[in-house]
Amino acid sequence: MTAQQPDPARPAGPVAALSIRGLAKRFGEKIAVDGISLDVPAGSFFGIVGPNGAGKTTTLSMATGLLRPDFGTAVVHGVDVWARPLEAKRLMGILPDGVRLFDRLTGEQLITYAGLLRGMDKDVVASRVGELLAALDLSQDAGTLVVDYSAGMTKKIALASALIHAPRLLVLDEPFEAVDPVSASNIRSILDSYVASGGTVIVSSHVMDLVQRMCDHVAVVAGGRLLAAGTVDEVRGGVSLEDRFVQLVGGRSHTEGLEWLRTF
Amino acid sequence: MVAHLLRLKLTLLRNGLRRSPWQLVGMAFAGLYALSVVATLVVVLVLLRQAEHELVYTAVVLGGSVAVLGWGIIPVVASATDMTLDPARFTTFAVPMKQMLAGLALGGLIGIPGLATALVALSTVVTWSRGVLPALAALVGAALGVLTCIVLSKVVTTATVSLASSRRFKDVSAVAFMVPLVLLGPIVAGVGRGITASTGFLPDFARTLSWTPLGAPWSLAGDIAAGRPGEAALKLLLSAAVLAGLAWCWKLLLERALVTPPYSGSGKRKGGKLGLLGLLPAVPAGAVMARALTYWFRDPRYSGSLIVIPLLPVVLVFQGSQAGDFSTLAFLAPLSAFILAWSISADVSYDNTAFALHLASGVRGVDDRLGRALACLAFALPVVLVFAAGSAAFTGDWGPLPGQLGLSLGILFTGLGLSSVVSARYTVAVPLPGDSPFKKPPGNVGQTLAVQFAGLGVLLVLVLPEAALLIAQLVTGNPLFGWLNLAVGLLLGVGLFVAGVRLGGKWLDGRGPELLAQVTVNR
Repeated sequence: MTAQQPDPARPAGPVAALSIRGLAKRFGEKIAVDGISLDVPAGSFFGIVGPNGAGKTTTLSMATGLLRPDFGTAVVHGVDVWARPLEAKRLMGILPDGVRLFDRLTGEQLITYAGLLRGMDKDVVASRVGELLAALDLSQDAGTLVVDYSAGMTKKIALASALIHAPRLLVLDEPFEAVDPVSASNIRSILDSYVASGGTVIVSSHVMDLVQRMCDHVAVVAGGRLLAAGTVDEVRGGVSLEDRFVQLVGGRSHTEGLEWLRTF
Repeated sequence: MVAHLLRLKLTLLRNGLRRSPWQLVGMAFAGLYALSVVATLVVVLVLLRQAEHELVYTAVVLGGSVAVLGWGIIPVVASATDMTLDPARFTTFAVPMKQMLAGLALGGLIGIPGLATALVALSTVVTWSRGVLPALAALVGAALGVLTCIVLSKVVTTATVSLASSRRFKDVSAVAFMVPLVLLGPIVAGVGRGITASTGFLPDFARTLSWTPLGAPWSLAGDIAAGRPGEAALKLLLSAAVLAGLAWCWKLLLERALVTPPYSGSGKRKGGKLGLLGLLPAVPAGAVMARALTYWFRDPRYSGSLIVIPLLPVVLVFQGSQAGDFSTLAFLAPLSAFILAWSISADVSYDNTAFALHLASGVRGVDDRLGRALACLAFALPVVLVFAAGSAAFTGDWGPLPGQLGLSLGILFTGLGLSSVVSARYTVAVPLPGDSPFKKPPGNVGQTLAVQFAGLGVLLVLVLPEAALLIAQLVTGNPLFGWLNLAVGLLLGVGLFVAGVRLGGKWLDGRGPELLAQVTVNR
């Protein structure tokens, strides 16, 4: 199966929650993202999978206005992210991977801060903060400084900060990393009902199983290029997503050559 | 294995430098500074060769004791030790303990403090080259002394590692360490006066110290040269025993540290307290201000510079009492205004990648700038007013107050405006979030210096009117210039403040992603 590259000349349809065209970025000698075009349908639960260093984070950063692309455009619900950034960011909730938080605030303060930064009303923020803390099982630690949180709790509080303004599009980079199974399934049910009510979620992950169970659409990225995109069933074509992924990405090293590992 | 550990340390050092040429420049500056200090000490020690025995003995033993004490104390309070060869990183490698100890100890020598100590210690051999035996004793003493320094610092850091890794201790010790640092002038002056007042006492003190682990290794050569071989032998035994004891302690501590990773937990705390976020207006700029103010008190990198402020009058009053003339108090308010205003010029660098939240939320640049500047202003304004009025009250001379206020407020507002512009465009190398304020920051030292100096230059130019009016008042003695200065300082200052916030905001809107990319490099 060939990658379903959307036609770069075609303008983004009104149905696309996120539509990126020819995004490319290089860091010095290394080309991190090499012309990715992708349409994320509104109301979909969209997974982006790829090996380490495939360019997932770079692509999502460029699509959300955190990293200026060398080439290409990103459009969120018809708003160009790089031409009208403030407007586009109002539509998006972003959980970036590998960035710090203002961790000298308590968990409660951090979510409140994220809400107030977006110019939300004080009382609305207060009631949503309480609900988010309860839903993510953080009420007991709401007054603890984020710097003293565990990795999973930190992830959850960052997710809460991304949800507070009820965005139309959620872009979550590695949202389940270090999150315990109970919290992960809580988060999944929150995201499921969010999608059911018309929101769009984009998650990046390298846990294929999770993506296969959770998402309805998936894109496979490797080496800065888009290898396949479509509904999960289209992309995996009868086999498991993990097998399909290994086929597409290749590079599965054969176990020859490590014989000494069996000689202990 | 020892050679492996040493090579690892060298490779780490080299790769660290390879990350950017500026790192090399920074290292070169640090090296030059250390070199000048070391060179001075070496020359002094070489010259001491001709000096009379008692003076040399006193100087070497006291100096050596200070070095040992420094290696013992500084790593704890500064919590900024070089952890490139952190034993915890070797837990999975099953390195034999003896070789690990030897490797880590020798590794401690590599690096500027270790090399400097070793070089200075070795030059005592020249000092005592008044005969074969004293020179030999000096060599043994220097080796023992330097090893004691290094092993002591390892013992201390290993023993306090679980304490030092608790965030609360780090925060408190980092801020507390500022106090003696700022009061260094008065302390040194006090000690200096004590020394000159009791020159007769020092040789006795050195003799006493030479019987303690601090001074024993440094006194071997002196005792031999003075014809006290018995004493020297005893002290050799003492210092060897101390070194062995320290090494044994280190081994025990290390064995324990390798199997008990530091735990830095803290109790659960329910929410309900929004602090300043609940008090200040619920608009973006208000939220930024509340967050920044919270950081001023909770983040040691900020509160470290905050604690300097109340100490400034102490230093200046002390200096005035020494000179019998309190005219330097005139600098108090302008200096505090400058320190506080300039402290937010690295605000985004201090945020590090947490700045991504501002960028992702689509905060307008003006709100970001205004919030940060107002947070600083909230306490800087009262501080400057109180300091200006306080120094006038202290000297009883109220005449210069309006001019003083004009200059100080001018510096404060202009500085805040300029800082708002600078931090919107340039990043500087600062300690990372959670690190000690004394830790050598990663990244571009050269650019940091360039930004700081250029910024200071611009600030000097911008406050020229106020400075000129102050000088005019001093020269003519006409109080009108003072009142004029107050008006100019306020009007021009506030004008530049507003302009700075707006320009900074505009730059931030345009270049937010680039700024985030710059701080990402140093994360």
